[in-house]
Amino acid sequence: MDAALLPLAPLVVVAGTTVVLILLDLLPPRTSKVHLGVVALVGIVATLVSALFLWGRAGRAFSGVVVLDNFALFFDVVICYAVALVLLLSLDYLRRNGMERGEYYILVLFATLGMLLMAHAADLIVIFLALELMSLSLYVLAGFFQARLTAAESAMKYFLLGAFATGFFVYGIALIYGAAGTTALDRVGAALGSATRDPLLLIGLGLLLVGFGFKISSVPFHMWAPDVYEGAPTSVAALIATGSKAAGFAGLLRVLLSTFRGAQPDWTALLWVLAVLTMTVGNVVAIAQSNLKRMLAYSSIAHVGYMLVGVVAGGPLGAGGVLFYLLVYSFATAGAFGVILLLERGRQEAVNQDDYGGLAARHPVLALTLALFLLSLIGMPPTAGFAGKFYLFGAAVRSGYIWLAVIAVLNSAVAAYYYLRVIVYMYMRDQEGVPTEPAPSFAGRLALGIALWGVFQLGLMPAPVLDLAQAAVAPLLR
Amino acid sequence: MVPETYYTMLSAILFSIGVVGVLVRRNPLVIFMSIELMLNAANLALVAFGARFGAADAQVLVFFVMTVAAAEVAVGLAIIVAIFRLRRRLSVDDLSLMRW
Amino acid sequence: MSDYVPVLIYAAFIVAFAVMSLGVAALLRPSRSYDAKLQNYECGAEPIGQAWVQFPVGFYLVALVFLLFDLLAVFLFPWALVLRGLGLAAFWAMALFLAILSLGWLYAYREGILEWK
Repeated sequence: MDAALLPLAPLVVVAGTTVVLILLDLLPPRTSKVHLGVVALVGIVATLVSALFLWGRAGRAFSGVVVLDNFALFFDVVICYAVALVLLLSLDYLRRNGMERGEYYILVLFATLGMLLMAHAADLIVIFLALELMSLSLYVLAGFFQARLTAAESAMKYFLLGAFATGFFVYGIALIYGAAGTTALDRVGAALGSATRDPLLLIGLGLLLVGFGFKISSVPFHMWAPDVYEGAPTSVAALIATGSKAAGFAGLLRVLLSTFRGAQPDWTALLWVLAVLTMTVGNVVAIAQSNLKRMLAYSSIAHVGYMLVGVVAGGPLGAGGVLFYLLVYSFATAGAFGVILLLERGRQEAVNQDDYGGLAARHPVLALTLALFLLSLIGMPPTAGFAGKFYLFGAAVRSGYIWLAVIAVLNSAVAAYYYLRVIVYMYMRDQEGVPTEPAPSFAGRLALGIALWGVFQLGLMPAPVLDLAQAAVAPLLR
Repeated sequence: MVPETYYTMLSAILFSIGVVGVLVRRNPLVIFMSIELMLNAANLALVAFGARFGAADAQVLVFFVMTVAAAEVAVGLAIIVAIFRLRRRLSVDDLSLMRW
Repeated sequence: MSDYVPVLIYAAFIVAFAVMSLGVAALLRPSRSYDAKLQNYECGAEPIGQAWVQFPVGFYLVALVFLLFDLLAVFLFPWALVLRGLGLAAFWAMALFLAILSLGWLYAYREGILEWK
């Protein structure tokens, strides 16, 4: 490999794997595509290894528009973990639903490439391209089960709202360029430092925030999330909930903490309101859901609110807390979606609360697994969710945002209600009619095992990973 | 010589028309055209600003935006065709299988 | 502002004339309509059916492939202009770009998009 490309190793590996997949898809056998999934998985693991191997190194490529630093590498790890879990879950999920197509794995890897590029972007052009590469792949994936009416509807909603957000994003870039005369993030930051409060720059930042808000589904830009999660294949919903959200936060954190640090008082006030709105709306509406995928969608909106608390708190504690929480949240959410994906009731996916009645009596291990993921989402010790919330809200208190922390804790209490309700269904109710049965899937179980390990590893020994997360945000705060 | 402000004002107006179009129209195709209008408003602003700074990077960005817009058209129209095949009608008001 | 008063008066006359002549004509003329009278007068053929008919999806696929390749050519022109100054690295970069692009074409070909059904 060219020495200049070495900083890009994670990106190059994913891109290369994607190209190999496209070629493989064209070769026989044209009926079974499991081998594509396996190759994709190998590529993702190789990416993960390359990211871990590069830890601590810094560099730039392509005239400085793509950057390598610990911040990008941390996100590489989070995204690769999430994608690997999703791929493991997909392997036989597609076959069970009669949609085993090579395009699925190709598109997942394209989306992954977009997410990784977002973490590595040091220029607004690259952020835009990464955002679009990720989004366009996800639009198609959301409608992948094309015979289902809900799939087409969810793809359409996701596409129209996502493209709408892209419009805001591009206009924001145009205005920032107009004010700063450059799209390179560090030089925009320098222009912000010299020019005293150029309104054009702040309006541009506002429009960028609208675009990012859509991608991370923060209130008031969250409308698409529940519908998309419900209509999309469950594995894709897991990918949107974890990987694309992580990528959105990667871009958001880099732009806010590094480039627009000079305008911190301005965006802190805005994000304070957004954080409160996001967690409150997400939690309150989640209570009313009886469809588990929709409930997880609203719960993921609420979790975005918690992470925004960390962004508001800022500094190595707050931002490091966000990175740590993203990892924690990805394990628990991907795991919860994974359990839903494995369960079937009468040839249908078991997505309704009623489908979970008495599950603990018949399938104790699976019920316990789901219960543990939900407990982590609540934030119960000793699961990872507790450590994540502890650091996030602690950072808010230390930065003087006492009220924000209080609201966040109250919200967590509200959230416990709807997570515990599912656990009550599993352990204290009986099921009527056709029983819910898990699909026999080794890969799926392996994915759940990895996610469960993550939930406990990060819950029992959070300090080493938290140190890594804080080291990762250090290059941004310099 | 037309002053630069005219271009930026025009682009702001086009952008607003696009936003309003997305919010008030009900046909996905028209919504999509409004989104394209927003993107092209941004392109116009970029070219105008690029002329001010005398640099080529804004124009390169316009190329990228155009390419991405074309890819978006491809994906978007495919989704619209897929939904039309299932439903035989086109209005976002019909997309109400999932609520709350 | 007063400069525009003649324009306003002029506009008022135009509107008044149009309304008056159409109104007088509507009052005076006999109203007997039949099919031939309601047809478009020298305005092309009668439309048959609606514009919202389905086209064969083949048109759409070819148009899509064309659209993408057409726009990607946009990157070739600036590249060709500065190639002399940039040297061999730029040449190989574009070669890689085109290789990836032709992979897309190969994919479209193998999926049978270019066969007219």
